Amino acid sequence: MSLYTARRRKNAIWIGLCYAATAFGLSWLLFILLALLFQGIPGLMLDTFTQMTPPPGSAGGLLNAIVGSLIVTVLGVLIGTPLGLLAGTYMAEYGRHSRLSTVVRFINDILLSAPSIVIGLFVYQILVARMGHFSGIAGALALAIIVVPIVVRTTEDMLLLVPTTLAEAASALGLPRALVITKVIYKAARAGLITGVLLAIARVSGETAPLLFTALNNQFFSTNLNAPMASLPVVIFQFALSPYKDWQGLAWTGALLITMTVLALSIAARVLSARKTDK
Amino acid sequence: MSNFRHDLPQKLSIKNLQFFYGESLALKSINMPLYSHKVTALIGPSGCGKSTLLRVLNRMYDLYPKQRAEGEVLLDGKNILEPTQDLNLLRARVGMVFQKPTPFPMSIFDNIAFGIKLYEKLHKHELEHRVETALKGAALWNEVKDKLHTSGLALSGGQQQRLCIARTVAIHPEVILFDEPCSALDPISTAKVEELIDELKESYTIAIVTHNMQQAARVSEYTAFMYLGELIEFGLTSHIFTTPDQKQTQNYITGRFG
Repeated sequence: MSLYTARRRKNAIWIGLCYAATAFGLSWLLFILLALLFQGIPGLMLDTFTQMTPPPGSAGGLLNAIVGSLIVTVLGVLIGTPLGLLAGTYMAEYGRHSRLSTVVRFINDILLSAPSIVIGLFVYQILVARMGHFSGIAGALALAIIVVPIVVRTTEDMLLLVPTTLAEAASALGLPRALVITKVIYKAARAGLITGVLLAIARVSGETAPLLFTALNNQFFSTNLNAPMASLPVVIFQFALSPYKDWQGLAWTGALLITMTVLALSIAARVLSARKTDK
Repeated sequence: MSNFRHDLPQKLSIKNLQFFYGESLALKSINMPLYSHKVTALIGPSGCGKSTLLRVLNRMYDLYPKQRAEGEVLLDGKNILEPTQDLNLLRARVGMVFQKPTPFPMSIFDNIAFGIKLYEKLHKHELEHRVETALKGAALWNEVKDKLHTSGLALSGGQQQRLCIARTVAIHPEVILFDEPCSALDPISTAKVEELIDELKESYTIAIVTHNMQQAARVSEYTAFMYLGELIEFGLTSHIFTTPDQKQTQNYITGRFG
């Protein structure tokens, strides 16, 4: 009996440690969220979405940064997603047993954990330096390079989860390989594939370093891809480090906007993958 | 193999078939026919190669790089193991129903229309008619006619398996291969699928792999008993199950090993 009590005590201690660790992790998240809400909400008003980033001392909003962020993010995802999907499809389907897949997977994992500032510098070297100026398209490209490995990874993982029996059943009907993949396997893995893209969007929407070297910033409203473009992370970076109170306030509001977007995307990704397991 | 009959037309003739998983030999020089419009059962203990044999007949093994077959499998006299054989056309002629029901993640209607649309350009009402015929053929129509546009995944296991049969029948194959089609089904669904197989032989040549001796006896006219990659005995089901020529066959059928 004493052995049993000792084991129960040990169990209680370990469970207590698990709870403590969870609480420790979550408390920081809660702390960050509360700070954001506290500091960011006062600045959140209609002007935030209709006015440009102001010079210090005058009123303004974040319109140019919001629009810039949307443009570079959407463009980056549009460039990166098809590449990632195709590469992931190759690795999971056509090249499942090939050496090339192993090599690509290895390199992709390195790219996945490459510091984003390195990617920013890379695009700076190959694009910004050659063009002679910062530009929105360079920013989009830098983000695309971050998107690719994420989408490759999730695509491969999700496609490998589709039971081989389904692919066999489709082949048994006389379907060519391409149709087996696009009409049956993609459909079966759809929730997972979308989740991967959502996670990639969430990841790049907060990236600052690659944009500093590529899209830089723009105080004015601009949708010109060939010119410097504002973005929320870079504006936050600039404004938060400034000595001006009103700029710091806008930085908080911008941070709140990004965080809420990422939160919404993550929840959407969760809901989608949950719906998949329901079936 | 004195039990081969030469008066019956052979839809498929398997000649000196050897099959390899990598280096290991899984089928040893198999010779047997599948007679037209007959049901042939493949029986034998697990790992004897009966599923492997079935997967040669529509070259399903081709999906996997390390598997290969040697010898001849003649479909209407033409060797389907030739590298020049178009696999998609072969599989449209030789359909397969799997052990686990595998509905596609789409509506009941699309599950069936999908395969048809691949090979034929039909008007909407023709397509609807074909889907209906296929579902009726698989004895599923009455159960699903009011929910054709709901997901095929929402059906019960037995219904899903009949949906898969309907899907296979819908593209009008000539041969249908059943790989333990009832092993995941309850007795009532099993009875329905067996009835179905009995009706299907009017129009198709059928091969069925089964672990269930009674099922083999119920649905088939010919039976092949396999053991350790070899065909031990082939003959009329009534003969195999009553007076088998081989000792091993008798032992297996009477449950003394397997």
